[in-house]
Amino acid sequence: MTAAVTAPHAGAPRRASAAVLKAEFRIFRREPGALFWIMLFPTILLVVLGSIPSFRETDAGLGGIRLVDAYVPVTVLLSLIMAGLQAMPPLITGYRERGILRRMSATPVRPSAVLGAQMGIHGAAALVSALLSLAVGRLVFDVPLPRQAFGYVLALLLAIACGLALGALVSALARTTKAATAIGSAVFFPSMFSAGVWLPVQAMPDALARIVELAPLGAAAQALGEAAGGDWPSFSHLGVLVLWAVALSAGAARWFRWE
Amino acid sequence: MPIIEVHDLRKAYGGRTVVDGVSFAVEEGEIFGVLGPNGAGKTTTVECVEGLRVPDTGTVGVAGLDPVADHDMVTRILGAQLQESELQAKLTVREALELYAAFYPHPADWHPLAERLRLTDKLDSRFGKLSGGQKQRLFIALALIGNPRVVVLDELTTGLDPRARRDTWELIEDVRDRGVTVLLVTHFMEEAQRLCDRIAVIDKGRVAALDTPAGLISRAANSTVMSFTPSAPLDEHLLAALPAVTSVDHRDGRYTLNGTDETVDAAITLLARHHITAHQLRVSDATLDDAFLDLTGASA
Repeated sequence: MTAAVTAPHAGAPRRASAAVLKAEFRIFRREPGALFWIMLFPTILLVVLGSIPSFRETDAGLGGIRLVDAYVPVTVLLSLIMAGLQAMPPLITGYRERGILRRMSATPVRPSAVLGAQMGIHGAAALVSALLSLAVGRLVFDVPLPRQAFGYVLALLLAIACGLALGALVSALARTTKAATAIGSAVFFPSMFSAGVWLPVQAMPDALARIVELAPLGAAAQALGEAAGGDWPSFSHLGVLVLWAVALSAGAARWFRWE
Repeated sequence: MPIIEVHDLRKAYGGRTVVDGVSFAVEEGEIFGVLGPNGAGKTTTVECVEGLRVPDTGTVGVAGLDPVADHDMVTRILGAQLQESELQAKLTVREALELYAAFYPHPADWHPLAERLRLTDKLDSRFGKLSGGQKQRLFIALALIGNPRVVVLDELTTGLDPRARRDTWELIEDVRDRGVTVLLVTHFMEEAQRLCDRIAVIDKGRVAALDTPAGLISRAANSTVMSFTPSAPLDEHLLAALPAVTSVDHRDGRYTLNGTDETVDAAITLLARHHITAHQLRVSDATLDDAFLDLTGASA
């Protein structure tokens, strides 16, 4: 009888997790809707806004930069919002609702491998989309690349961590795909606003900007804006991002159910 | 030593008891059936064996392991086909087989499995586009892909056409012949009678009977059914007075008697004595169906 109980070997779980990641990546590539909204829409928005002549004029209210310059970090964050809030939560709750996670939990693989794969894929997609926005901004509209590159990357990674944790929390709280879409949308618009999609945070009245800075995407927008301008992002913005990432992750871990 | 042991298992959902003290033991290499009406607690019972549900009280052992505490170890030796589950809609059959094969330390080669379950020409179809029967066949393949020692099949042939059903039965018999233990939840009597070495009949969360299919049938109150159309009118009271008869039914000139072999012998003697010929005489043994209805009669 003891012969049956072979010791778990370390290579197997890694191989299984890699197989899950590979399968989920294939599925992700078969979702043209998600691919468009995450990968292309933010850059298209940048191109449309950048085509408006007034967006390419220096604006004293923005500290001497052009509106199109301010919109590059906004579109970077927009891709993150699309990936973390619009695409990921309905997908994960759908997996739970339809018993996909349940089937997997009857195998040696933990369903957490799927959650990990989805966060990795959506995070990477947001990152690639961010690079596309930066590249198009630089090549088409002469938007300088971030002058404080290291600070920019740090702020971007923290923002991605926040966005994915927020998406995971929505997936945890929503029992059904419909609820995930509804909660996702309810969080989606404040996130878009605080990221500065309608009005870049730098252009907001001071009192409003102070409040928006406390939101994860508002803090991210400010941190990216500072790094783009050549300054090290202020510790208060980075701190807000860290706090949100920790709190949202803890909430997601606390409330997430596999079925 | 039994490979699956369930002892005094109890499980309630929101105050409603679903499994109320179920015990049974499955020997290695047997096909063990769990039979019962809808809502009897069959699925909850096997989900405790699979480690997908935590028993309220009682113990469950699979190869000496606890399916909940040793979930990781149990999933390596136990393959499952669940009653309600799905795969990612845009995953193809081939990708699903490759994915699930990668989960196990010593997976089976999925090619012969796919061929056996007639999935070969569907390998590049996405799960979402498969018919109910094709999905079911894929789930059977996934239950076997890890080369399990124990396989738990919940509603094995639901949604399969008669041919696929027979093919699947042969496959399960072959699997058992290789020494794999099969725990089979079903409500198809024909399936249980053909496949199972032993059957636990579960009713209202309890084991109502546990025996071989033949043993269960012999327990049925009406083990023999005789029917005929008499050539001349017959006094029904004479039939009702026959030894061991349990019921007499008269419809459109045709009589149906439930009883035993003794009833049949006496009825033939009675008819001969009255010079009555029994036209279209049929005598049949009770089936598992009859035994099942007897055993679970109170809940009907």
